Amino acid sequence: MGTTASQLSKESLSEYQELTFLTKQEILLAHKRFTELLEKHEKEQIDARVPIDRIITLPELKSNPFKERICQVFSTSEQKDGSLTFEDFLDLLSAFSDSATLEIKSHYAFRIFDFDDDGTLDCADLEKLVNCLTGETNDAKLSSTEMKQLISNILEESDIDKDGTVNLSEFQHVISRSPDFVSSFKIVL
Amino acid sequence: MSTAGEQDADLSLQEEHESKTHRTKRRDGDRKKKKRRNERRKGGTRAGEGEEDLQAVSEKRERSKRKRAKSKQETSRRENNEEEEAQLTGGKGTKARKDIRNEKTRRTEKEEVREVDENVDKGKKKQGITKKGEKKEDGGKQLVKEKARDIKKKKHKKAETSSEPETSEEDDDEEEDNDKDVVRPECLSPEELEKLKEAVDERKKLIQSLRGKPWPMKKKLVTLRESQEFVEKYEGALGKGKGRKLYAYKVLMTKKWMKFQRDFENFKTACIPWEMKIKEIESHFGSSVASYFIFLRWMYGINMILFGLTFGLVMVPEALMGRPYGSMPRKTVPRAEEASAMDFAVLWDFGGYAQYSVLFYGYYNNQRTVGWLKFRMPLSYFLVGVGTVAYSYMVVIRTMARNANESGVGDDNSFNFSWKMFTSWDYLIGNAETADNKFASITTSFKEAILEEQESHKDDNIHLTRFLRVLANFLVLCCLAGSGYLIYFVVRRSQKFALDGLENHTWWERNEVNMVMSLLGMFCPMLFDVISTLENYHPRVALQWQLGRIFALFLGNLYTFIIALMDEINLKRKEEKVVKFNITMWEASLYNGTVLENSTAPPVTIHPADVPRGPCWETMVGQEFVRLIISDTMTTYITLLIGDFLRAVLVRFLNYCWCWDLEAGFPSYSEFDVSGNVLGLIFNQGMIWMGSFYAPCLPALNVIRLHVSMYLQCWAVMCCNVPQERVFKASGSNNFYMAMLLVILFLSTLPAIYTIVSIPPSFDCGPFSGKNRMFDVIHETLESDFPPWFSKVFSYASNPGLVLPFILLMVLAIYYLQSTSKSYREANVELKKKLQMQNEENKRKNKRAALKAQMDLEEARKTAQEQQRNNNASVQDQEDDTDIHVSGQNPPPVGDRGRQMPSSRDPGSRTHDRGNHGPSGYLPGFARQTEPRMYRVPSLQRH
Repeated sequence: MGTTASQLSKESLSEYQELTFLTKQEILLAHKRFTELLEKHEKEQIDARVPIDRIITLPELKSNPFKERICQVFSTSEQKDGSLTFEDFLDLLSAFSDSATLEIKSHYAFRIFDFDDDGTLDCADLEKLVNCLTGETNDAKLSSTEMKQLISNILEESDIDKDGTVNLSEFQHVISRSPDFVSSFKIVL
Repeated sequence: MSTAGEQDADLSLQEEHESKTHRTKRRDGDRKKKKRRNERRKGGTRAGEGEEDLQAVSEKRERSKRKRAKSKQETSRRENNEEEEAQLTGGKGTKARKDIRNEKTRRTEKEEVREVDENVDKGKKKQGITKKGEKKEDGGKQLVKEKARDIKKKKHKKAETSSEPETSEEDDDEEEDNDKDVVRPECLSPEELEKLKEAVDERKKLIQSLRGKPWPMKKKLVTLRESQEFVEKYEGALGKGKGRKLYAYKVLMTKKWMKFQRDFENFKTACIPWEMKIKEIESHFGSSVASYFIFLRWMYGINMILFGLTFGLVMVPEALMGRPYGSMPRKTVPRAEEASAMDFAVLWDFGGYAQYSVLFYGYYNNQRTVGWLKFRMPLSYFLVGVGTVAYSYMVVIRTMARNANESGVGDDNSFNFSWKMFTSWDYLIGNAETADNKFASITTSFKEAILEEQESHKDDNIHLTRFLRVLANFLVLCCLAGSGYLIYFVVRRSQKFALDGLENHTWWERNEVNMVMSLLGMFCPMLFDVISTLENYHPRVALQWQLGRIFALFLGNLYTFIIALMDEINLKRKEEKVVKFNITMWEASLYNGTVLENSTAPPVTIHPADVPRGPCWETMVGQEFVRLIISDTMTTYITLLIGDFLRAVLVRFLNYCWCWDLEAGFPSYSEFDVSGNVLGLIFNQGMIWMGSFYAPCLPALNVIRLHVSMYLQCWAVMCCNVPQERVFKASGSNNFYMAMLLVILFLSTLPAIYTIVSIPPSFDCGPFSGKNRMFDVIHETLESDFPPWFSKVFSYASNPGLVLPFILLMVLAIYYLQSTSKSYREANVELKKKLQMQNEENKRKNKRAALKAQMDLEEARKTAQEQQRNNNASVQDQEDDTDIHVSGQNPPPVGDRGRQMPSSRDPGSRTHDRGNHGPSGYLPGFARQTEPRMYRVPSLQRH
């Protein structure tokens, strides 16, 4: 695989271009940013992993309420610790890039929102999601009745099979009609 | 069990690439042997063993056919990966079962590694591809080869015992045959070739669609390499014989072309200016502020093209090839103005030398052709004027259509809450403050939505609200009328000043019109903002009202300005008549004088500066527009500096010694006003469109203005603005801006077209002087530059008898298209309903099936437990258990798996495996990794 610390080999660069929605410049930039996150001895290492707490210091992710989830979803680490290799990082950027399709974006959005990784968005997931969206401060939080109302409204709208959870296809159905999902589900370095 | 087939596919898939990576080496030897064997066989055929050989060949063909069909299946299977992933784990269940059956086969181990085989494969690939020739790796390869052989042997054994994996066995064998086919492609029949080609095409498609798959990179990489290898391997075999070279050439060219396209795409993105700046702003302020800058950049692009048109086809030819400055009256500063023609104040007003230059209409000569190129100057001038407008229409409408396509689906309101929930976060936000604002706005939007839902029927004190709204609208109307009257008044006054001569007046009196217009544009929106608090609208609605009002204000101002200009034009034309009369008198007197002196010689040449001339209303209009643009630009920049920068500086530094908190309290920092800025930009563009016919320099000026404001505003936004309190998203508004732009474009072309069509051009300036109307230049060209039949045809075509039916036809076509689109929309709605019904039906069915499966599972569990109670936990039980786990939707208990995994694994072989292939970091954790997948995936499979 020729991924050396200092630079990407030509083949892998073209392969990455083939496999992601990123352009050459973006991949190179991503590589640069990624190697900046690595520690010195790791730079020589192929497939070095950057732990989650260093990834989320990236300014692009810093103020994102879903930063931990994003790392978890894109991480291929066996320890489930959310650490990313360069390829995971590229996957992340590709899914969040400008030219990624709605399909792939909605797929990853679903996995990001699926906090307990069980393949459906149930009430607990939705509640966590609302809490993420309204921020950490206490005064901004919705009261429990409001929360209940909100979640029941959401389920009423998007839970087509009425099983009390939103699954991937229902989610994609909802998302595909949204006018501004694609334009806002973006992270650029 | 449906999973069995899938499993085979998996196996063959895996084996295929494995064999590809390792066997190639081994095959070299094998092939030779086989070739030799074949040759021997061939020789045998010749010797008379025909029967046997035929049989062998046909057998082989059949096998390879089957193989190809299989590989096609594989590819198609790989394409709908979603399922595959589900079934992969599904297959694992069966695998696990088999594991128990013959524990010591290597194969089990391989199946287990299936989950992480990407890693292993990667390791192998690394060995196989990048580090060829290293001794260590050679050793590894040897091992791999041995392993592969080992596996094959085992499989053969297995084929005898179990019937299930037979297909995969054949697969393997056939693959080898296929490899041989590659070596000797002449034994392929055309249809086989066709099939192979299809498979190759399928692989190619797979490669192309790979980036759109939500797989981890490693999996994608493996699949890519594998398919590429497949393609490369079999592509060479394709079309052997006649079309081979052509085919190879085609393949090569497509490869080159793809690479070129990719490079070109990279180049294109690298060429987009200000990308980084905009991205930075995007991350600080969210997408709505960035949308303004993107709009600005788009405008800049359009203006660049307009500038290119006017500069390249009008200004440069006239400056280079036309008559030089000072050669004729229209190109010379008149004697009276000569003294002050170079003063900065005059030049700043675009008088003096600036007025008598290529920048304005009046400078252009009416000679039909200029220079040795015989460039048709007047025609070019006219066509560029028309082309500018036409191009702008085209671009705006095309962009609108594209935007409509993108956001056309989001028209229904049925997912109000879900959209708020799932799509309200703007992932571009990278600034903590913006993020806080966004949190707050999302929270309020949630609360508002809930309240709306609760109180959708309740309406309190509707009379007061109504009254206030009417009052507010009345006030706004008063403001609009007042500003309109003010502008009209000022313009009329300025005409009086102009008649008196500008020199006698102060700077304010000279620039009154523009200043008043700019000031109105600055303060009226604030007034509207204050008034709109009366109305108590929802913020989004309030924003729309605000935009609409500002739009009306600008439009009113612009049109008052134009009406005043029209008045002025009429005045000038009256003046022109007088001047014309005077000139004839003057000329007559001149001629009389000369005739008296010397009857034969032509009159003494008079210096062009001394010749009396008409007022040239076109240049006047152009000047007015240029002045307007300049003052508008200046006000924009100055408000930016004072309103944003100075305010920010004061707030920042006076805060240390002030009674209250300036940053949090009254003045605070300013927000970036997206809608106001966009409107300003749009109206600015409208003025450009209106004025560029009379002042070809306008697009150039606008390019400079936009360029400067790009940098200035970027800087101002980053250094002295705070993120908006209500962070709006941009996507919905894009087409709104475009629609406004279109309206403005239409409204600004109206007066321009009116003046071109209905007012005769000045008699002594501009490219159309001497003609009755400006568009006569077309007639002239048709008559003198085209063959006579062409002008005849044109005159026939342009008579009302043909034009009217044509217009009628167009109206009919529009009507037809509209009605079809309407019916399409209806059909769409109908289909949507059907789809939804179908969906619900399916879901219900699925749910029933899932329930049943669950019950089965419960039953099975009970029996298992009973058995367990009766006997010690047997391997067989667990096998059943997992089997059901897979088919049902319930996740298997983790403990269950944990118990099972170690029992089904051969630890010795695993460590051996790890030692040789793959980076050491991968394997130890894979058991843990598999678990969540195990029970997440079946639920995916359900749908």
